[in-house]
Amino acid sequence: MSRVNRATAAQSLSVSLTVGAYGVAFGAASVAAGFTLWQSCLLSLLTFTGASQFAVVGVLGAGGSPISGIATATLLGVRNTLYGLRMAPVLNVKGLRRIFAAHLTIDESTGVALSQEKVGLREMRQGFWLTGFGVFIFWNIFTLAGALGAQAMGDPAAWGLDAAVPAAFLGLLWPRLINKSDRFLAVAACALALAMTPYFLPGVPIISTAFLAVFFGLRARVWK
Amino acid sequence: MEIDMIDPFWLAVIGTSVLAFILKYLGHSVPKSWLSHPRILKINSLIPIALLSALVAVQTFTKDSMLIADQRLAGVGVAVLVLILRAPFPVVVISAAATSAALFHLN
Repeated sequence: MSRVNRATAAQSLSVSLTVGAYGVAFGAASVAAGFTLWQSCLLSLLTFTGASQFAVVGVLGAGGSPISGIATATLLGVRNTLYGLRMAPVLNVKGLRRIFAAHLTIDESTGVALSQEKVGLREMRQGFWLTGFGVFIFWNIFTLAGALGAQAMGDPAAWGLDAAVPAAFLGLLWPRLINKSDRFLAVAACALALAMTPYFLPGVPIISTAFLAVFFGLRARVWK
Repeated sequence: MEIDMIDPFWLAVIGTSVLAFILKYLGHSVPKSWLSHPRILKINSLIPIALLSALVAVQTFTKDSMLIADQRLAGVGVAVLVLILRAPFPVVVISAAATSAALFHLN
C-alpha cells in the first residue's frame, strides 16, 4: 500500500478503537450466556460481525435453541452481503485477498470506505482495509479481555460507548449527506427502520431500508 | 450424527460463523458485469447509505426492539452539533461519548 492518507488513517483508528472496545461487552455477555472463553473468542475471530454475535449469545443465554440463535444471527448478517456488493468493485481483489476482504466486510469497514468516496478510490480502499484490520485486532483483544472477566471496564454505557458507536457511523455518513436527495434517503431510512423495529425480528428493519435505496436509485435516473 | 449429540454452544459458534462468512462472501462474488449498468451502479451506491443511516437510528433510539430516548440520544445530538461545526472525526466520537457517559453517571 502506497502512502496512507493521514485523515483516512485517523478515522480508521478512531472507529477501530471505539467499536473494538465494545468487544469487552461482547466477551462478558458471551461468557455469562454459557459460552466458554475459547468459544467466545472463536465467535469474534470467525463470525466477526458484532450484531450477529450479540444476537446468538443473547438467544442461547435466554435458553433458546442453537438453531434459533443461528437464524437470528444470520438475519443480522444479511446486510454484509449488500456491503460486499458495494465494496467488491472498489477493492477489486481475487483469490485469498477476496476471502480476507469478505471476512472484513462489516458496517465499520464499509462506513469508512464510503466516507472517503469524495476523496478518491485509493483512500476508499485504504479506509476499508485499515478499518477492517483495525476493528479485527481490537475487537478480538477486547473480547478476550471481556471473557476473562474485565469487570473493571464495566458497562459500556458508563464510558459513553453506546453513544460513541452511532456517533461514529453518523460522522462517517456526514460527508455523503451534502446532496439533498441522499440526505432525504438517510432520513427516510431512519424513519422506516424505527417504525419497523417494534414489529419485526432484529435485522429486518435495517435490511428493509435497501428497498428505499432501490426506490431512490430508480428516481435519480429520471431526474438526470 | 444426531443433532442433540452436538453441544448446543459449539453448534451455535460453528453455524453462526459459517453462515456469516457465506453471506459476506456472496456479496463479493457477484459478477462485475451484473453491477455495471448505470442504474444498478446508482442503486448500489445508495444501499449502504440507507443501511448505515438506519443503523445509526437503531443504535440511538432502540433497546430490545423498543423505541426509547436515553443518554445515547443526547450523545448523538452533541455529535450532530460538532459535525455542523466541522469538528474532526475523533472529536465527534469523543464528545458523544463524554456527553452520554456524563448523563449515565448523573442518573
